[in-house]
Amino acid sequence: MIQSHRFALTASLAALSLLLGGCASSVKLDEPAPVESRTPGAAGGSGGAGGMGAAGGAGGAVGQSGVASVDLSKAGGASMNASLQRVVYFDFDSYVVKDEFRSVVEANAKMLAADRTRKMSIEGHTDERGGREYNLALGQKRAEAVSRSMALLGANESQLEAVSFGKERPAANGSDESAWAKNRRAELNGR
Amino acid sequence: MQSRRELIKFAAGAGLGSLAPALALAQFRVEISGVGATQLPVAIARFKDEDKTNQVLSAIIRADLERSGVFRGQDVSTVIDETALPVMPEWRARAVDALVTGSVTRLMDGRLDVRFKLWDVVKGSEIGGQSTAVVAADLRLAAHRIADYIYEKLTGDKGIFATRMAYVTKGGGRYTLRVADADGEGGQVALNSPEPIISPAWSPDGRELAYVSFELQKAVVYAQDVMTGKRRQIANFRGSNSAPAWSLDGMGLAVTLSRDGGSQLFAIGRNGENPRRLATSPGIDTEPAYAPDGRLYFVSDRGGSPKIYRMPGGGGNAERVTFIGGYNISPAVSADGRYLAFISQQGSAFRLMLLDLIAGGAPRVLTDTADDESPSFAPNGKLLVYASRVQGRDVLMTTTLDGKIKARLLSSTADVREPVWGPYGR
Repeated sequence: MIQSHRFALTASLAALSLLLGGCASSVKLDEPAPVESRTPGAAGGSGGAGGMGAAGGAGGAVGQSGVASVDLSKAGGASMNASLQRVVYFDFDSYVVKDEFRSVVEANAKMLAADRTRKMSIEGHTDERGGREYNLALGQKRAEAVSRSMALLGANESQLEAVSFGKERPAANGSDESAWAKNRRAELNGR
Repeated sequence: MQSRRELIKFAAGAGLGSLAPALALAQFRVEISGVGATQLPVAIARFKDEDKTNQVLSAIIRADLERSGVFRGQDVSTVIDETALPVMPEWRARAVDALVTGSVTRLMDGRLDVRFKLWDVVKGSEIGGQSTAVVAADLRLAAHRIADYIYEKLTGDKGIFATRMAYVTKGGGRYTLRVADADGEGGQVALNSPEPIISPAWSPDGRELAYVSFELQKAVVYAQDVMTGKRRQIANFRGSNSAPAWSLDGMGLAVTLSRDGGSQLFAIGRNGENPRRLATSPGIDTEPAYAPDGRLYFVSDRGGSPKIYRMPGGGGNAERVTFIGGYNISPAVSADGRYLAFISQQGSAFRLMLLDLIAGGAPRVLTDTADDESPSFAPNGKLLVYASRVQGRDVLMTTTLDGKIKARLLSSTADVREPVWGPYGR
C-alpha cells in the first residue's frame, strides 16, 4: 500500500516539474497585449487548421488549471468486509441496543474477554435520510453504544474501536423502510 | 452602473421560453429554471475562430452570465471579432443592452491569444476589452475571466466565474474527488478511491483541499495539495475524524473527533498538531464552519434535535442561531457575514434555507426539492451551490440567494455530491 502510494507521489512530482515549466511561459491575463514567449511550453507545435487547442491535457504546459491525481485503487487498504461477524440493528433515531441483540453483543464480548489479543472494530451505520456529517455522528453514537455494552460485558476498551460510516455504506439499497431498517446497524468486525 | 441596470426591466416570465432551446445547443448543457425580476439582456457574439479550439468560448461566457441570475443571454449566430465596429441600431433593435465580440488566435509558441471587447449598445460606445494569452488547458479559464470582467463592469460586483469548485462523484463503486471550474465543468481528478470521500473543504488560499476519506476503513481527515497531489493526515485518532473546516488564516482547522467519546469539536494545526477541544456537549457537535468574523458556526443536538449554534472561534459560550422545527444542519456563512445557508427538515423533505443574520426574521426556503445537502457560498456571496436529488440521481445545483434562478450543473454526469466552492484565486 505504501509502495504504490509512493509511486503515485513520484508520478505527481514528475507532473509538477512539467507544470513548473509551463508556468514559466504563462502570461498575466490582465496585461493588454500578448508577448512572445521565451519558453514555448505548449504542446502541439505549428497546428494547422482545426488543430488549435486540441493538445490540451496531453502533457506539456498545463497553466493554472492543473490538478494532480491520486489513485487509491491499487493501495488496497485492509478491507474487513470479508470478516464481517455480527450485526446489531437499531430502531429509527435510536441508539439503544435492543434486547434481541443482547446475545450478539454478549457473545462477541466474551470472545474478546477470552482472548485479550483480539481486537474489534464496531462500525455504526445509518439510513440515507439527512446530511452526511450528521449521519456520521449518529452512526458513531450507535457504535459507541455497542462498544460500551461490550466493555460492560467483559471486553477491554483497548480491544474495541467504535467508528462510523454514517450513510456512506448502506447494506441495502432503496428508499423505503425495509431498506432503511437494514441500514440502521452496527457491524462488529474482527481485525 | 445602477442606472444601467434600472434601464432594462423584464416582466417576470419574459425571458425563459426563448432561452431554453438555445441553451440546448450550447456545448455543455445548462439547465436554468426561474426568472429574475431584473435581467440585463446581453449578446455574446461567436468569437472569430473559436470553432477551431476545443472550447466554445461564447457559450461558456453566456452560460456563466445566465447562471448568475443577473443576465439574460440572447442567441447570436454571427461571428464578430473585437476589431469590428458593431452596427448599434441593429443591436438596439434586438433589445440587447450589451454586446461582447472577440477572437481566438494561435500564437507562434502554441498558446492561444483570446481577445474580446464589451460594448454598451444603449450608448453605442465601447466599455472595454482585454487580450490574454493562455495554454489550451486554460481556455475555459480565459472564458470565465471574460465573464468575470463583463459581470463586474455591468453590475459593479466581483465575478466568481473563474473560481473553482470541488465535488465528489460516485460511479462504478468508486469515489472521486474532483476539482472543476465554477460551472462544474472541466473536472479533474484530485483523488480516486474505492472507499467513500466526504466533506471536502478548500484552504483559504485555494491551494489545498481537506476532506474525509474512509480508505483506512474509518473516517480520517486528510489535506491534499491540489497542484502536486501530496497528501497528509490531519486527524487519525481513535474513533471517527471528520468535518474539516479551515480557519480564516489557513493555519489550522476545526474538526469533529470522537476520540474522547461522542462527536465533539476540536481545533487542530494545519499539520495535525495540537488538537484542542473547543466545546463540551453531552450529545453531538459537528459540521463546524467559520464565519468571516471568526466565530464558529456548528450543528449540535444539545437541545434535543440538531440545530445550528455559534460560539467564539476559540471556543466559549455557544448561542443558538436557528429556531425552526426539526432538523437544522450543514451551516455555511457568506463571505460578507450576512447570510447563513443551512439544510432544514420540512416534513419528510430536507431543504436549503437562507437566514439573514443581520436583518433577522424567519429563514426562507430556497428550493422545492426533497434531498438538499451541503450548501456552499460563492466567494462573492451572490450564489449558492448545493447537492440535491433529481429523478433518483445525486445532482449539483446553483441558486441565487432569492431562490429565483437555479441551474443544474453537470447534467450528464452520474451521481455528484459534496460541492464546495473555492475562494478567489487559484
